[in-house]
Amino acid sequence: MTTRIQTQPRTPAKESRTSNVLFQHSRKLLFGGSVTLLVIFFLIIYLSPMGYMAVTSVKSQGQIASGTILPLSPEQYTYEGTAYDVYNVPTDEGVKQWALVEGLRNISTFIDPAAPEAGLIAWEGRWRALEPVLAPDIQWSNFNEAYQRANLPRLMLNTLAIAVFGVIGTLLSCVLVAYGFTRFPIPDKNILFLILLSTIILPRQVTLVPTYAFFAAIGWTGTWLPLIVPHFFANAYNVFLLRQYFMTLPRELDEAAMIDGAGPIRILVSVIIPQAIPVLVAVGLFHFVFAWNDYFEPLIYLLNAPELQPISVGIQQFNAVYDREPAMLQAVSILALIPPLVLFLLSQRVFMRGVVVTGVDK
Amino acid sequence: MATIARPAFHMKRQRVLWGWVFLSPWIIGFLIFYLVPMVFSLIFTFTNFDLTRPNEIAFIGLRNWSQLLRDPNVGISLRNTLGYAIVALPLTVGIPVLIATMLNTKSLWGKQILRTLFYLPYMIPGVAAAYIWAGYLSPDSGWLNLALERLGIVAPNWLFDAKWIYGGLFMISLWGIGNSVLITLAGLQSVPTELYEAAKVDGANPFLTFRKITLPMISPVIFYNLVLTTIGVFRFFDIPFMLKGSSGDPANSTLFYNIFLYRVAFPQQNMGYGATLAWLLFIISMVVTLILFLSARRWVYYAGGERDE
Repeated sequence: MTTRIQTQPRTPAKESRTSNVLFQHSRKLLFGGSVTLLVIFFLIIYLSPMGYMAVTSVKSQGQIASGTILPLSPEQYTYEGTAYDVYNVPTDEGVKQWALVEGLRNISTFIDPAAPEAGLIAWEGRWRALEPVLAPDIQWSNFNEAYQRANLPRLMLNTLAIAVFGVIGTLLSCVLVAYGFTRFPIPDKNILFLILLSTIILPRQVTLVPTYAFFAAIGWTGTWLPLIVPHFFANAYNVFLLRQYFMTLPRELDEAAMIDGAGPIRILVSVIIPQAIPVLVAVGLFHFVFAWNDYFEPLIYLLNAPELQPISVGIQQFNAVYDREPAMLQAVSILALIPPLVLFLLSQRVFMRGVVVTGVDK
Repeated sequence: MATIARPAFHMKRQRVLWGWVFLSPWIIGFLIFYLVPMVFSLIFTFTNFDLTRPNEIAFIGLRNWSQLLRDPNVGISLRNTLGYAIVALPLTVGIPVLIATMLNTKSLWGKQILRTLFYLPYMIPGVAAAYIWAGYLSPDSGWLNLALERLGIVAPNWLFDAKWIYGGLFMISLWGIGNSVLITLAGLQSVPTELYEAAKVDGANPFLTFRKITLPMISPVIFYNLVLTTIGVFRFFDIPFMLKGSSGDPANSTLFYNIFLYRVAFPQQNMGYGATLAWLLFIISMVVTLILFLSARRWVYYAGGERDE
């Protein structure tokens, strides 16, 4: 379509057409640019809480109280072994950055850090009205402190263990069930599949009381088992995602393997699974992120077992203790969101495709 | 569904059997974690079951159900949940359509990155999000109030004022729209371009095109998002609980239905009444879902007619 632009314009008619195309092209570019700016504007507002988190996490208590947006501290100058705050001081020769050595009501003594050999300078005026010179002062140590105080190594290890066992259970069970739904002539298969999908609609609080009573009766409360074992019994989302993918795999390969005498399990392991790696990765990621972020079930099942709690519950208890220290809370939040966020950024293509398949195909 | 070669009858029976074997994890799970608990839950509603004294369980008839009608907290928590839903649902279903439409602009720069950035907050663990927002909305050092004050607006104490806390909760809920944006965007991309070209030939303006072509074509996606966010409202617990526990502060405004259910079933250990509340939730959620699906016939448009199944 655009080849016309590349040819040399010879006739006036062609020339005007070229400039017309060019005009439309630049108009399109301008439109795209302004929409992009608008989107970026919304994004900045949308993500600004993350900016707040990042900036607050590296502030000291004093910096938070001072109300500046960035982590700034008054600049200091050490003169003869003592540190003095630096102020913007208006003088006859313009504003000077001087360190306040002694502040009195109407006359104060300063030292000029640029020329300390000149000695102390007397200045007439109210020093309290002066503006301190602020310099970036980032408290990286907050992260280390939060890491230690919240006992993050233990929380992360707990979360990792719960998540990994859950991923194994989800993958095993959902692959089997999806395989059953796509490749075997089960009577009333569609009705069964509809029942499976309808479990999505059921709020989990509905089954909560008897399920909790059941786990309490068999002595599983206060252990990880209620958070892991149910995932060995498949769930609707992931079965759906796997089924959609398995349906696109050609049956000829199955049938060829069948003729070679392979049984159903053999076909699953050596024909289906090798073709389905991307969707398996997506399901594994979904479950990992779900388990990392899950809050309600760990809350009720591990209420009295703090040494087994995952990060979500652990941070909530950390908040109860350190709720007067916003920097600690934001630092611990950053540390908690790094694993799922990094995992997502590394695998966003597979991840987002999985989301789209479950959403659009239904 | 493609037909498989069926060599012999016993062979088919064997394959049916294998099918049941593969489905068995889900069937067993469905019985243990859905069907049996539902039945037990219903039985519990007629008992005074208390987990700390399981041996003293006794049938008390309809006393739990009549308490349900008399308990003022049931009304408060239902009203809170409904009030939250009425604003949160249009926001969390509508705004993704706007964002996805912007992201679907053909000449947009850096589409991939922008899309990923809108998705990002969805990945943040709920607890972290709750505390990020608690700080962001705080009256003394939070950015939102700093910005509002700079604009000369007297900013409220969002999360501690019963009049404003829903505003805070709506903002937090908007951080969960990443999935809806992504799905809506995929829906927009699957609208056939011929339709837009035809509309252009007919001289339709962009707004008319959006209303008459885009919206009907993506209505299945909107419906899906609506169903999922409605289910999200029925499950609504994590964010208010992280911020306020089961206290319902300020002034019972965060006493949402599931917070109340939790309070009854766990801190108060009244499992019989808790099960009754759970059954009421089940009934309400089934009725609402049914209404949603029935209404879908009027406004959801499936382009392909029958879908392959």
